[in-house]
Amino acid sequence: MNAPVLETIGLVKRFGGLLATNNVSFRLERGARHALIGPNGAGKTTFVNQLTGVVKPTEGQIRLEGRDITGSRPEARVRLGMSRTFQINQLFRTMTPLEMLLLVLGEREGRGLRFWSRLDARGDLVDEAAAIAARFRLDDAIDTTIATLSYGKQRQLEIAAAFAARPRVLLLDEPAAGVPEAERQDLLNIVADLPEDVSVLLIEHDMDLVFRFATRITVLVNGTVIADGEPAAIAADPAVRAAYLGEGEDA
Amino acid sequence: MNMASPTTPLPAAPVAGTAANAATIVNAPGTASPARALLRRRRAWKPAEFLFWGAALLAPLALPRSMLLMNEIAILGLFALSLDLILGYAGIVSLGHAAFLGVGAYAAGLFALNVSADPLAGLVVAMLAASVLGFLSSFLVLRGTDLTRLMVTLGVALLMFEAANSWRSLTGGADGLQGITIDPVLGLFDFDLKGRTAYLYSLAVLFVLFLAARRMMGSPFGLSLRALRDNRLRASASGVGVNGRLVLVYTLAAAYAGAAGGLLAQTTQFVSLDVLEFHRSADLMLVLIIGGTGWLYGGLIGAVLFELFQDVVSAATPQYWQFWVGLLLVVFVSGGREAVHKTGAALRQRVAALFGGRRA
Repeated sequence: MNAPVLETIGLVKRFGGLLATNNVSFRLERGARHALIGPNGAGKTTFVNQLTGVVKPTEGQIRLEGRDITGSRPEARVRLGMSRTFQINQLFRTMTPLEMLLLVLGEREGRGLRFWSRLDARGDLVDEAAAIAARFRLDDAIDTTIATLSYGKQRQLEIAAAFAARPRVLLLDEPAAGVPEAERQDLLNIVADLPEDVSVLLIEHDMDLVFRFATRITVLVNGTVIADGEPAAIAADPAVRAAYLGEGEDA
Repeated sequence: MNMASPTTPLPAAPVAGTAANAATIVNAPGTASPARALLRRRRAWKPAEFLFWGAALLAPLALPRSMLLMNEIAILGLFALSLDLILGYAGIVSLGHAAFLGVGAYAAGLFALNVSADPLAGLVVAMLAASVLGFLSSFLVLRGTDLTRLMVTLGVALLMFEAANSWRSLTGGADGLQGITIDPVLGLFDFDLKGRTAYLYSLAVLFVLFLAARRMMGSPFGLSLRALRDNRLRASASGVGVNGRLVLVYTLAAAYAGAAGGLLAQTTQFVSLDVLEFHRSADLMLVLIIGGTGWLYGGLIGAVLFELFQDVVSAATPQYWQFWVGLLLVVFVSGGREAVHKTGAALRQRVAALFGGRRA
C-alpha cells in the first residue's frame, strides 16, 4: 500500500482528566475524499487542531508526507502543504477578499517580509488571486470589505483562502455549518469541484454532504475511532448507528 | 469583474513546486486586469493627501507666530504615527510608548552634547537607540492579552523613567540635559527663536518617515501586519510567522518614536524627564482615538486637533486645562458613544475615504 499523505500514530490528547483524543491512528491517502464524523463533543475539532498545530498532542506522532511535524508551528505546516478552514469563520474582516487571497499567495511565495514591494508588484499573483476568487464564486465581491459579505460568501472565502495556499492536504472543518439553504448549493459544488490531486479531510455533521462527498469515512466517538471504512459499510455499522441513534440499538 | 468566463480553464492546484498556473489565466500578460487596476487605484495618491501636505508646508505663511506650536504638532504627529504602526496595523496596544520617545530624546541630546551637533546624525542615533530598546522589549509583547500588553509596556516605560531619574551622571536626573546646541540643518539652516527652521525640519522628517511608512504598510509585509491585527489564528494558518512580524514592526515603531524624541530634543535644545512621563503615552492614545487608527493620517490629524484643543483650553483656563482634556477623553471613549462617537466615526470615515483609507 502506498504511503499516506497524512498520518497520525497513537495520537493522545488529555485536557486535565478529559481524554479528548484516545490513541487515534489515522491515515489520509493521497487524493482522498475522507470524512471524519462523530456526534457533538466527539473530539473532531480537537483532532484537527492537533493536525494543524494549534493544539499540541499529549502523546503520539503526526506525519505529513512521511515527515514528522508533531512539533511544527502552524505556519510551518502551511508551508509544508497542509491548510485548513475553520468551523467558525476566521477571516481578515477589514480586508477585501482580493487582499486576503493576496496575503495567502504572498506568504506562499515567501514574500511576507518584503516591506518595500508593492502589493501589485507580482501581477501574476494578483491575477491568480482574482482567478481563485472566480473559482470560489467570489468574483462579484472581490473588492468588498469581508465583514460585510453574506455568511455564505464568507464560508466560500474560508475555503478559497485555504485553497490559495496550494495545499496537498486540505482540512475542511464543517464547511457547510450554518450556511442558509439559498447559498448551500454553491458551497456544495465548490467542495465537490476541489481538484483531485488535493487530499481532503472533511469534518462534518451534515450526513447529506458526507455521503455525497466522501469515499472513506472515519467515525470518532469520545475521542476514540470506532469505525473506519467505505460509506456503505459505515452506514451499516451497528456501533456507528448506536452512537448516532443512542443506546438501546442492537449494538 | 468576470476574470474567468465560464469557458476559462481554472487553475487546478498543481503539485507543489510548480508554478504552472500563470499560463492558464486569461489576461496574465496584459495590464488590463481589473484586480490589478483595483490595487493600483487603491495605492494611488488621493487629492486630499496633496492638500494635507500642501497645507502643512504653507501653514507658516498663514500663521507665522505659531511655528513653535506647529513644531510640537509635527513631532506629536510623528510620535502618533509610530503608535499607529503597532496599534492600527499590528493590533498591539501600548501604554508605554513614551519609553521610545524618551530614549530617542536622551540619545539625541547626549549625542549633541558629547559627539556632534549635526542634527541629522543625531536623528539617526536617536532612531537606532530607540530601536534597540524596541527590539529587546518586543519579546515582552509577543504573548498575552491586551491587558498584559498594557501592563508590560507601562512597566517598561516606568523602568526607563526611573533609570533616567537615577542615573544622574548621564541624564542630569531631574535637571535634565542642558546646554544642548544644534548645528544648522545641512549646514545651511540655523535654528531660530521663532521656530521656523524647527518646524520645517520636523515637517521634513515627518514627511520622509510618513512616505516610508505609507510604502511599507502598503507592502506584503504591511498586509501581513493587518492580517495579524484582524485574526491571528487565521494569519498563522495562512503561513504568517506571527512572532517575527511583531518583533519587526515593534522595532520599526520604536525607531519612529525615537525620531520624534530626537526632534523634540533638537528643536527644544533641552531634554528632561518629562519626555518619559506617563502622560506622553496616555496623550498619544487619545490622539489616535481622536484621529482613528490604521490609516496613517489618523495620528497626524489627531495630533493637530489635540494640540489645538490643548492650546485653546490652556489659554482659557491655564490651571484646569488637563481637566478638559480628561473630559474630552471620557466623552470620546465612553460617555457619548452613541452621539459623539457615531458622528465622529462617520466624519472620520468620510475624511479617511478622502485619504484613501477604509478604516477609521
